[in-house]
Amino acid sequence: MHASTKRTCLAGLIAVILLVLAGFVFQHWQTWILFTATKAIGYGLVALGIITLMRGGLVSFGQGLVYCTGAYASGLMATRLGVTDAPVLLVVGMLASALLALIVSPLIARYRGIFFAMLTVALSMVLYGVLVKMNAIGGSDGFTLPEPTFLGWQPSVDYADLALYLLAAVVAVVASTATRLYYDSMAGLVALAVRENELRVEYLGSSVFKVTVRHFTIAGALGGLGGTLNGMALGHIDPLFSFWTTSGEFVFIAVLAGYISVSAVFLSAMILELVRSFSNLYFPETWQLILGGFLIVVIVFLPGGIGSFWERVKEGRAARAQAEQEEGAGS
Amino acid sequence: MSDAAIILEARDVQKRFGAVVAAQDINIKVGLGEKLSLIGANGAGKTTFMNIVTGYLKPDAGSIHFDGLDVTKLNPRQLTRRGVCRSFQIPQLYEPMTALENLLVAIGTSNQAFSLLRPARDAAVLDQGHALLKRFGLEGYAERKVSELPGGVRKLLDIAMALVRRPKVLLLDEPTSGVSVDEKFPLMETVMEALSEEEVTVIFVEHDMEIVTRYSDRVLAFYQGQVIADDDPGEVLADKAVQKYVTGTAKADAVEEEAGA
Repeated sequence: MHASTKRTCLAGLIAVILLVLAGFVFQHWQTWILFTATKAIGYGLVALGIITLMRGGLVSFGQGLVYCTGAYASGLMATRLGVTDAPVLLVVGMLASALLALIVSPLIARYRGIFFAMLTVALSMVLYGVLVKMNAIGGSDGFTLPEPTFLGWQPSVDYADLALYLLAAVVAVVASTATRLYYDSMAGLVALAVRENELRVEYLGSSVFKVTVRHFTIAGALGGLGGTLNGMALGHIDPLFSFWTTSGEFVFIAVLAGYISVSAVFLSAMILELVRSFSNLYFPETWQLILGGFLIVVIVFLPGGIGSFWERVKEGRAARAQAEQEEGAGS
Repeated sequence: MSDAAIILEARDVQKRFGAVVAAQDINIKVGLGEKLSLIGANGAGKTTFMNIVTGYLKPDAGSIHFDGLDVTKLNPRQLTRRGVCRSFQIPQLYEPMTALENLLVAIGTSNQAFSLLRPARDAAVLDQGHALLKRFGLEGYAERKVSELPGGVRKLLDIAMALVRRPKVLLLDEPTSGVSVDEKFPLMETVMEALSEEEVTVIFVEHDMEIVTRYSDRVLAFYQGQVIADDDPGEVLADKAVQKYVTGTAKADAVEEEAGA
């Protein structure tokens, strides 16, 4: 195995251990954090998909499409077929959304920039419109989900949040490790080149279209995971999962995180969730204001997102080291 | 020239942009390993010819044949994969990346098997990247961001990227444009030296006649979309029409005198 691959997997392993330990700590201290963290992971997974698209030079403003598809596919599986096993539902939600993304991607991969973004919004709003009219599956009210089980085990009410959180943490780490490995692969580097100069990528013999289809499908799979997870966390699904404001929150997280770091996505999703919870409690009706202010600060001072902070520190250190070296050589 | 040795052929290629004739009755056969330069004033049809050969533009009529196959309908990507690669007048690089990373991208596009599983900074890939940098004398720039590099280095990097696939035909669009006069010859020297290791046909657009004379074994002179001369550099540059319409070295009355006689 390549050294960098090993490093990435090791980082993933450490992250899982830390997240699991944190889960048990919070279970005995502040249980509400677990629910917030699970929801943040669900949001973060969808935003991770947007970041993958961003690396290829595109932003989707309609990830609610795959978020909602994943939630409904797994939710219907649970209510209609009685499958309540969370890992199985996650796989179902992921595959359903990835398949939908794969089917629509040849249509939207031909567009760029604002046209791509608006087309994704249009698709998600079509889904929203269809679901609102479908009274057989709850119409605009949606439907309630049964409590999930975990490989046959049904946790007691006290431990339900912890169990789902632990599963979410594992899914988040596996998904981010896989995504990181992809970003660092040759194909991932070529995808990053698409962002800078599409014409040259074609003239080097790679297909920009294929990269976009691949990214949209990956983003679909991640969106499906996020949707399923949040459906289970909330215990209820409705067409608002596909509404454009929901998609806007995913873009918010992605912009806040930037496309450099994978873990920054979950950090920024957690920030969003915490700000939302606290503001609801202490400053009702003003939480958008706080989030907006936060986003402005990040865009002005860290245009590459939270994830670029570490990169900046590293660059600054390298520059200082070089300056010192030159000084040393000069004297 | 025997047909077996012909790598690239344009047959009766026509192209118009509205009222502007960009290519008219272009018939060219290029042999394997030839060094061919294209000269002509701006708008004479050199770049159009390059764009048609690389599949960026489709001719209105006529066809392009590469290695015995009709490739007229192929796009740049398909032609690149078959071995027709190009560099650009304005280097098309990935600005925020380092010089080495730019080459890694090029290597990544040419080495697509298992590219999803293979780390971009695999030892073998890095070696390939460094070897290419060395061939173009760019080792010192490996870790420098492209946006900070001087013009000549950018040109060389652009050409190095086009060479990753080991093309059979390499088209260089004005390799020395935007480079200072003193740098032109060293730059061409480096390029030709680097290319000498390959059996590659080189077609380049050039405005500097000294470079044309020194580095090409055949010259095509373009004027208003037509090829008005096709011969070795000495003959072409001595041609009266070329002197009048392309190089501007002829005295106008001398050409008129000849026309009148």
